Amino acid sequence: MKKLVGQRQETIAAICFLLPNLIGFLLFTFWPVIAAFLLSFSEWDLLTPPKWVGLNNFRELLGVYQSVDGWRPNDPDFWKFLWNTIFLMFGLPVTMAVSLGLAIVLNKRIRFTYAYRLLFFLPSILAGVAIFYLWRWIYNPDYGLFNAALALIGIDGPAWLTDVRWAKPALIVMGLWLHAGGTGMILYLAALQGVPQDLYEAAEIDGAGHWDQFRVITWPGVMPVTFFIFVMGVIGGLQGGFEMAYIMTQGGPYGATTTIGYYIYTMAYEDFRMGYAAAIAWVLFVFIFAVTVLNWRLGGKNITA
Amino acid sequence: MRYRQPSRLWHLFLVAAGLTMLAPLAFMFSTALSTPAGAMRATENIFEMLVPREWEWKNFAEVWDVVPFLRYYFNSLAIAVVVTVGQVFTSACAAYAFSRLHWPGRDKLFLCYLATMMVPGSVTMLPNFIAMKMAPEVLTGILPGIDWMAMRYLGTGEDAPLIGRLIGLDSYFALTIPAMFSAYGTFLLRQLMLSIPRELEEAAHIDGCGYWRIFHVIILPLSLPGLATLTTFTFMGAWGSLLWPLVMTNMDEMRTLPLGLQAFQGQYGTEWHLMMAAALLMLLPVVVMFLIGQRFFISGLTVGAVKG
Repeated sequence: MKKLVGQRQETIAAICFLLPNLIGFLLFTFWPVIAAFLLSFSEWDLLTPPKWVGLNNFRELLGVYQSVDGWRPNDPDFWKFLWNTIFLMFGLPVTMAVSLGLAIVLNKRIRFTYAYRLLFFLPSILAGVAIFYLWRWIYNPDYGLFNAALALIGIDGPAWLTDVRWAKPALIVMGLWLHAGGTGMILYLAALQGVPQDLYEAAEIDGAGHWDQFRVITWPGVMPVTFFIFVMGVIGGLQGGFEMAYIMTQGGPYGATTTIGYYIYTMAYEDFRMGYAAAIAWVLFVFIFAVTVLNWRLGGKNITA
Repeated sequence: MRYRQPSRLWHLFLVAAGLTMLAPLAFMFSTALSTPAGAMRATENIFEMLVPREWEWKNFAEVWDVVPFLRYYFNSLAIAVVVTVGQVFTSACAAYAFSRLHWPGRDKLFLCYLATMMVPGSVTMLPNFIAMKMAPEVLTGILPGIDWMAMRYLGTGEDAPLIGRLIGLDSYFALTIPAMFSAYGTFLLRQLMLSIPRELEEAAHIDGCGYWRIFHVIILPLSLPGLATLTTFTFMGAWGSLLWPLVMTNMDEMRTLPLGLQAFQGQYGTEWHLMMAAALLMLLPVVVMFLIGQRFFISGLTVGAVKG
């Protein structure tokens, strides 16, 4: 009997502790998820009442039609912007390689490593609107730092952000500067510290060179972290790109830097096609969910290996 | 115990990497100290770009005069502080309930929280935007006694500052309240609270301490690293937030710094020396926060990651 009273007291206490968060969670997260689901089956410009349109939004977004010269997507923009989103993620492996390189060097017993770590980490902390303006200025074809640096080695750089061919690579290079010393590097450092030192000593005695040591000891040792950073990078990359596109390129030139995230923004808050925007957002969620499930499947294997 | 002597080469590598990280920031700084003409001077010499040639400190003063920068700064700071305090508080309370208390349905509800963490922000943002946009109208229907649509001013008088609507577009409510609850923050603190040993709590319980007392005398101080991490993350997130304030505000007075920087892109081209000065002023609190919380920040990043 006493235990039961204690239990009830604990439940009441739990409800009190939970309530502020739970109300917010239900109002601003849980209910919106359901509402967005319903929204994706409707057409709503916020001026006239919403209309239920069934699967129309998804048909427009993902469907194809037969034209005189073969099958065409109903919304070619979506596929173009999806490609942009994927293209921008090509920088991820490069960034990760640099992160690992920096972490390996910082893991050696060298003076000032803590100061270097802070310095390398700084850009990822500052990342955001202010830094995007800075990089817009850096990429200025006439007065910017980037072309001035290229001029040192005799290259006459293009107008990076307004050139259809160069806008995406420019954003990737900026991403490298922003993230090479960021979370990935810190995670790699933690992973490297977990690799037993005596493995290296044994390899040294066996006459293994630097490259062999890296290939046989370091790389397998950081494999789970590599996988984690990659998956997180893909999940972030799928959702990302709005802020830099908004500040630096307005999604242009000719949609070359419009990502799915930016497309949702233009649909919802510029064209006021709420239902269609919700449909895109849900498709994005399906992609993210697929990556996450893949992560669970493969990730489990990696950790036990 | 070292198997390999550090060589000069590694130092050289680090210095080169460090300079690459610093160069854009040096360029930012030197532009911010330029005259308008100085910023737009084509030069072949890259070092002239990295080191200030002019020392126009008055750019940093001018920023506050040409646009309502003080208002943007105030908005950003006030919103970030309120959101951070709110989110850390609600997250800590919920994390305590999820980690240290036993009640029916606990794990099911937590799974619900976890599941929503996967949903991209762009999904939940659409209904939140619609709800906020329609809130004044709907509330007028329910409680017609209050003028929900009206713009409010602090005081009367001619130059009383605008403080926006009570709720809806252009309201501080919309800019703060929806951001005060976070499944991620709850998750982060729950993980840390789970690692606190039970004995302390039980001893306190036997001594007759209530749950609230246990929470703030034992659990909170022991979760300090996690609280510091969440505080830093939340503050920086709220401080730099662009999309939500962008869709939630029309009035210039309600805008935040990330939006306010746009004001320096004039009709006849961007004034880069002022833009860079303003951007540096925007980064200032971030740098201060980073330097204060660096240890927490860097250690907090590994929470929830796989063990290497």
